[in-house]
Amino acid sequence: MMGHWLIVPVLLPMVAAILMLLTARMGRAVERSISLLSMLGLVAVSTVLLNASLSGDYQVYALGNWVAPFGIVLVLDRLSALMVLLTSVLALFSLLYACNGQDREGRHFHVLFHMQLMGLNGAFLTGDLFNLFVFFEILLIASYGLLLHGGGPLRSRAGLHYVILNLAGSALFLIGVGTIYGMLGTLNMADLAVKVAEANPEQLRLIHISALLLMVVFGLKAALLPLYFWLPSAYSSASAPVAALFAIMTKVGVYSIIRIFMLVFGIEAGVLSNLAQPWLLPLGLVTLALGAFGVLSSRCLRKQVAYLVVVSVGTLIAGVGLLTVESMAASLYYLVHSTLITGGLFLLADLIARQRGDVGSELRIGPTVTQPLLLSTMFFIAALAVVGLPPLSGFIGKLLLLQAAVQQPSVVWFWSVILIASFFALIALSRTGSALFLKTDDTATTGVRAGGASLLAVTALLLSSPLLAVYGDAVSGFTTATAEQLMAPMQYIEGVLGPQQSPMVSRMGGEQ
Amino acid sequence: MEILISTAIGFLVACGIYLMLRARTMDVVIGLTLLSYAVNLFLFASGRLTSNAAALISPDAVVYADPLPQALVLTAIVIGFGMTAFLVVLAIRAFGDLGNDHVDGEAGK
Repeated sequence: MMGHWLIVPVLLPMVAAILMLLTARMGRAVERSISLLSMLGLVAVSTVLLNASLSGDYQVYALGNWVAPFGIVLVLDRLSALMVLLTSVLALFSLLYACNGQDREGRHFHVLFHMQLMGLNGAFLTGDLFNLFVFFEILLIASYGLLLHGGGPLRSRAGLHYVILNLAGSALFLIGVGTIYGMLGTLNMADLAVKVAEANPEQLRLIHISALLLMVVFGLKAALLPLYFWLPSAYSSASAPVAALFAIMTKVGVYSIIRIFMLVFGIEAGVLSNLAQPWLLPLGLVTLALGAFGVLSSRCLRKQVAYLVVVSVGTLIAGVGLLTVESMAASLYYLVHSTLITGGLFLLADLIARQRGDVGSELRIGPTVTQPLLLSTMFFIAALAVVGLPPLSGFIGKLLLLQAAVQQPSVVWFWSVILIASFFALIALSRTGSALFLKTDDTATTGVRAGGASLLAVTALLLSSPLLAVYGDAVSGFTTATAEQLMAPMQYIEGVLGPQQSPMVSRMGGEQ
Repeated sequence: MEILISTAIGFLVACGIYLMLRARTMDVVIGLTLLSYAVNLFLFASGRLTSNAAALISPDAVVYADPLPQALVLTAIVIGFGMTAFLVVLAIRAFGDLGNDHVDGEAGK
């Protein structure tokens, strides 16, 4: 039994944030120490949780000891454990980077950062649809503050668009949740899965509509076509550690799509089973293609990395849309890789921009960076990883995805879009590399050398790619186990609600 | 009662969407507020409309009101209120930073 460990990833950042507010007058050093300590604690707890999820059992934490369909539960399975660990690793290095000085550009950086972590972890752990909405709002309101961190007209404008769009998204989320509750009378995800399979025929159309409404909301968070236009300007105007943390934000949308459409509307949902599948694959592929054009056309490194996030989301959603164990396992492997690498790239883009004086991260002729060898090597490794060239993890991830698609009817589209998009990314990043490091003028550099903490953060995030490749077997073994768990929603339902009558019987009951 | 509530929700949504599509930040803020009112009413109605139903357990109650939508709507109101307050401050900040109240920060285009 896990006892109370399951609530720790939600409580620890909240307590740390409150402590930092209380000690705000005691100076930056105290704030940073609390922040880093709590972050290290979070990484440790997430590792414990991942370890607990390895057995494949569902750990259920009933808040206030209210039993499952009536109270709110937190549920830990392999997917949630993986997402929580991924979040805390990414956040640890973003935070380390921020401690190099960028946390001083505005007030309460660490507090907002931890509130965002609380929202993220809660969203990954919750087993209740309305609670998912609440944690979405917590992570969003923290992200509004973080996006504006540092100030300036660019951030105000991007922030305004981001906030308005997400508020409209929240309204749609509530309409979807309200309709589902009105139809089925429950909001617990496991209970919903049972009730959807048993729904009356006259309820099906409304449930279908509200499910697709939820997909629009999750698509908005994940930056899926046609709802990704907010992402490039928001991510490229945010300060570097914030943008790096935001690399996981789009994955919250992907996670919610996987969770809701694999569990509630999954293979055992009767008439409504797999209702998202016809949408996910084409939307993912078109998002991927348009993201690749964005990568090719950006004239600023930060914007280019933001478009690489769109590309990674498109790849992920397309992989999830294939709906097989192999494709799901490959997508999850790719999710870990792409989150850490795009996070690292946002930090690296900031390191490079700081050493290029007024030119910043724009791709035009400018002064040579202060540490050309170090930064160009890092950029080379990051580009190899993100494009998907051997021997790094991007290659393995894409290879697994391509292999998973071989047996599918959509293999031609899948292969051609992914390969052509990778080729575009390769061209774009080669051009970026030469623009940044080779086409320089003779003006003296004004940039300061990168600090130790920031170099450590970037190196660690980039190192994840070779590590994911070296331990590829173990990681893909884990993601395959995760995918198998996701493909068996009955296990989740029984894990949360206790033994159920056989799904066939309940489905027959629903059809009568 | 159903017709009255659904017309009210529909009217609020229509006004909210109309205002959200305008180019001035304050109009958008008011539009979002109207939309969130509509959503709150909608959530409230998702527990079915009953009158004179008991809210708590009582020995002589025949029908009970569904308590969950009331809890949900309370949460939604609190969140919506906080978000609106933040958006108002952000709109004022954007007006200060960008010099106008166009949502794209480009007046006169």
